[in-house]
Amino acid sequence: MSNRLPAGEGEVLDRTQALSFTWNGKKLVGFEGDTIASAIMANGHHVFGRSMKYHRPRGGLTFDFWDPNTTVQVDNEPNVRASHRKLKAGMQVSAQNVWPSLKYDIKAANGLVGRFLTAGFYYKTFMKPAALWPKYEHILAKFAPGGEVDLDTPHGRYDKRYAHPDVVVAGGGPAGLSAAIAAAEAGSSVMLVEHEHHVGGHLLWGSEADRARATDLVAAAAAAGVEILTNSTVTGRYEDNWIAISQRNHPGVVERLIKARAKTLVVAAGTIERPYVFKGNDLPGVMTSGAVRRLINLYGVKPGTQAVVLSANESGDAAIDDLRRAGVSIARVVDALTGERIVAANGSKTRVKEVILDDGAKIKCDLLVTAVGWTTPTSLLNMAGDRPVYDANAARFFPAGAPDNVLATGGMVGDGSIEDLLEHGRATGELAAGRAVVVAHRLQAATARATAVVSPEPNYPADERTPLDRWPHPELFRASTHGIVDYSEDVSSKDLYSAAAEGFDSVELLKRFTTATMGPSQGKLETVNTVAVLAQARGESIADVGTTVWRPPYAPISLGALAGRINEPKRVSVIQPWHEANDATPILAGQWVRPDHYGDAAAEVRNTRENVGIIDVTPLGKLDLQGPDVSKLLSLLYTNKWMQLPIGGVRYGIMCAEDGVVLDDGVTARLGEDHYLMTTTSSGAGTIWNWIEMWLQTERPDWQVHVMPVTTGLTSINIAGPKSRELLSRLTEIDLDPKAFPYMNVRQGTIAGVDDCVTWRIGFTGELSYEIHVPSGHGLATWERLLAEGKDLGVKPFGLEAQRIMRLEKGHFIVGQDTDGLSKAPVTGLDPLLKLDKDDWAGLPEVKWTLESGDHPIIVACQPDDGSIVPEEAAQILRAGTSEIVGRITSSRMSPTLDRSICLAQVAKEFAAAGTSLEVLLVDGHRITATVMEHHAHFDPEGERLRG
Amino acid sequence: MLLVPCPNCGPRNAGDLSYNGESHARPDPKTCTPEEWRTYLYLRDNPSGWLVENWYCSSGCRKHFKIERHTLTGELRSAILPGSKPGLTKGETK
Ligand SMILES: [Zn+2]
Repeated sequence: MSNRLPAGEGEVLDRTQALSFTWNGKKLVGFEGDTIASAIMANGHHVFGRSMKYHRPRGGLTFDFWDPNTTVQVDNEPNVRASHRKLKAGMQVSAQNVWPSLKYDIKAANGLVGRFLTAGFYYKTFMKPAALWPKYEHILAKFAPGGEVDLDTPHGRYDKRYAHPDVVVAGGGPAGLSAAIAAAEAGSSVMLVEHEHHVGGHLLWGSEADRARATDLVAAAAAAGVEILTNSTVTGRYEDNWIAISQRNHPGVVERLIKARAKTLVVAAGTIERPYVFKGNDLPGVMTSGAVRRLINLYGVKPGTQAVVLSANESGDAAIDDLRRAGVSIARVVDALTGERIVAANGSKTRVKEVILDDGAKIKCDLLVTAVGWTTPTSLLNMAGDRPVYDANAARFFPAGAPDNVLATGGMVGDGSIEDLLEHGRATGELAAGRAVVVAHRLQAATARATAVVSPEPNYPADERTPLDRWPHPELFRASTHGIVDYSEDVSSKDLYSAAAEGFDSVELLKRFTTATMGPSQGKLETVNTVAVLAQARGESIADVGTTVWRPPYAPISLGALAGRINEPKRVSVIQPWHEANDATPILAGQWVRPDHYGDAAAEVRNTRENVGIIDVTPLGKLDLQGPDVSKLLSLLYTNKWMQLPIGGVRYGIMCAEDGVVLDDGVTARLGEDHYLMTTTSSGAGTIWNWIEMWLQTERPDWQVHVMPVTTGLTSINIAGPKSRELLSRLTEIDLDPKAFPYMNVRQGTIAGVDDCVTWRIGFTGELSYEIHVPSGHGLATWERLLAEGKDLGVKPFGLEAQRIMRLEKGHFIVGQDTDGLSKAPVTGLDPLLKLDKDDWAGLPEVKWTLESGDHPIIVACQPDDGSIVPEEAAQILRAGTSEIVGRITSSRMSPTLDRSICLAQVAKEFAAAGTSLEVLLVDGHRITATVMEHHAHFDPEGERLRG
Repeated sequence: MLLVPCPNCGPRNAGDLSYNGESHARPDPKTCTPEEWRTYLYLRDNPSGWLVENWYCSSGCRKHFKIERHTLTGELRSAILPGSKPGLTKGETK
């Protein structure tokens, strides 16, 4: 059966383009320009799915963006708004919330659901006993609304755009268009955002004159240079007119998030027609007057054959004319203005069949149209701080006042003829443009250099708009019966009454308890009816009850749009191509992609301990510090002393935050009188740079220090192992004799023909080692030279894992691994480095008090008594035989050098003495014992190898 | 998103800057009591009204500066670089 009308003047269809699609597996045909819902309706189907909780069949209610009843699955995309999404050829459309089929829904049939799903059922039904939660979750999952997510769906393409328009106009009805044109003609750059597919608002489904007016306005807007975004929604207004726009019509992307910094925002969101609450108001065939007007005039769809119309306003009257023109017989007009009311609607399972009036009359019909008034969608104004006020005479809320840079116009602020609305829009656009000029001037003046000549600020335009009238309208919210208030959340007025009786009688509480207004339409259809029903339940006026505050988003936005492109930055050293070419297994360390190993980390350890290994340590944070006050800065930020470090010396230091917690560590070398090179941990590079700048700029602004980050400017290579001296000597003239260049010293000179390299002797791996820092342009060549020159010495590269093993063998802690956000400096056990006799350093007081109290855990080395077991990192250490946690394993590895497992751990002080037996709880539940070692170093505790 | 007027770069999205919280004078670490130090570390007035706070132009000029922000309206005023003139102190209003 086809419900398609003959072609009409104002329709948005291209009847030359037929589009095939399927609806629940059945092949149907629509036209280009159809929405999915209009095409389904045109084919004689009028049930779109079942409701979320009660599984009642639902037909379209509004047939626009906000329709709560036409949510469908399209291909593998769930929760598609069928009354908004345009039909495309080949779409496979199916109903949601139905099992096994739209016609026979088991959950509704067996009556199981109703008992559970009273108001607040989420909070009550499944509370006790807690042990049954897994079962409850299973049941709830079955009843959860929404379609099927196909986890194999490829990522859609999403994007972002930043825009800086003078004026954003939210809403493309007549007032919004008029405002946009006026603002653009006054010289503003203007973005006009309309969530439907066409601008023009209600003019589009109006008279011939209305449609002609819409055409003229669109042409004028284009001529004035207005950027018109259709199928796009202003989803939020934030501080200083930071405007979020979800754009769904941008070619090549699913959705684009536009972040616009507007100088003024014009809100012209119009009004939204309210549904009426009565018994049977969610039967298929019950719809708003706007719904039938859109179906008939835009989509050429006949919504029924015999209609009852409840009309309280001109929209209902216009719908009657449209219905007659479409050949629908009008069984009865219920004139609300004369006090006539409907009481209830009855129907079959899938369609309204009769309407009962308050005089007892029963009228047969298959279509019930209601025109009972308007909701002002003040969301964007709410977000700007407006708190709307209810006007009983007009039966709707009106804005009460937003900041100067947010202006409302159109149906939101009053009623009037088209001419009145256009004039108000025009005045608003002009005002918005005038204020944008002042805002632009202020921004420019704030950016200008102190020496620049700034012109005087233009006059700030006052609001001299003539307010629109407010036409009287009867207050029609609920009949004498109960019905559905929130269609998407399946909340009835009876639910609201019982919730109010239970004490949830404040509107904000009621909303959260019942979830009314919290569905996909974000309260656009439901809020005022919710407030009205609550007012009835409380026996008070709507003004007394007040309304909820609309928060972002205005309409749902996809997570994809918020995320944008997948664009995680990655950092690599200049040697990375060599690593990749040589089978390095990569590991992501912070933002850095590094070689974890080249196949066998244990072999890399053995080769380094026996011969020589080289590792790319470029990600080490490096800061070049110059100036007469660097030594004072180091003394302030490190816990140890720096005033006496000689030129050519290198020192290790720990930094604390002001709460005494270990912030970072590393070595710093003194290259010259006023010149130092600091290293930080790889992950701390940015933090420490900021940290230094903060101290220099705020607490010690008189100190003279230049800080330059050189992390990627220098390629850093550590050469470690007994043959490292021999290897390096083949590439440099620097005197490497241990007497001339001892441990913890730095030298500058030429390496592999590259001038100005920095070389220091340090020992993170516990081996004799030289760390060279070469200008990064020479990094790869130097790496290759080292490998070529050291072939006979057995030189091999080693990766991060081998380095971690070797440092653990040496007992060096890693900030953030062996310490955490609660580990104050004394936890490291490096008390000699904590110089309490210095006047000041970051975190000094907390460290001092912690040392004085002695009440802190401490890092110890320990070895499992069964050396074949490697306890997991973060395994708990328990007081023997109890479940009392007294510490944890912080690092653990199998040591290739010692051929047994080794650990670092944080333990309570009383467990720190050498020889103490620790009980370690493994993840599998077994307990093992481990013994605390005398030294942090499991290997070469005297440090003979690295000092050699 | 707030538009924060960096005294060096001019108005910039707050996302371009780092927020370092309510401005607090640092006590003398040699003489302060634990109460004074922990007040500096942890206790904030969090007023409903004007507040002196620290911002860092982390994606711009990398200057630290103080600014007054009205916590209710989001209004910002009187941004100054430290050392350029006597710093604003807590509770000071114009
Ligand atoms: Zn700046």
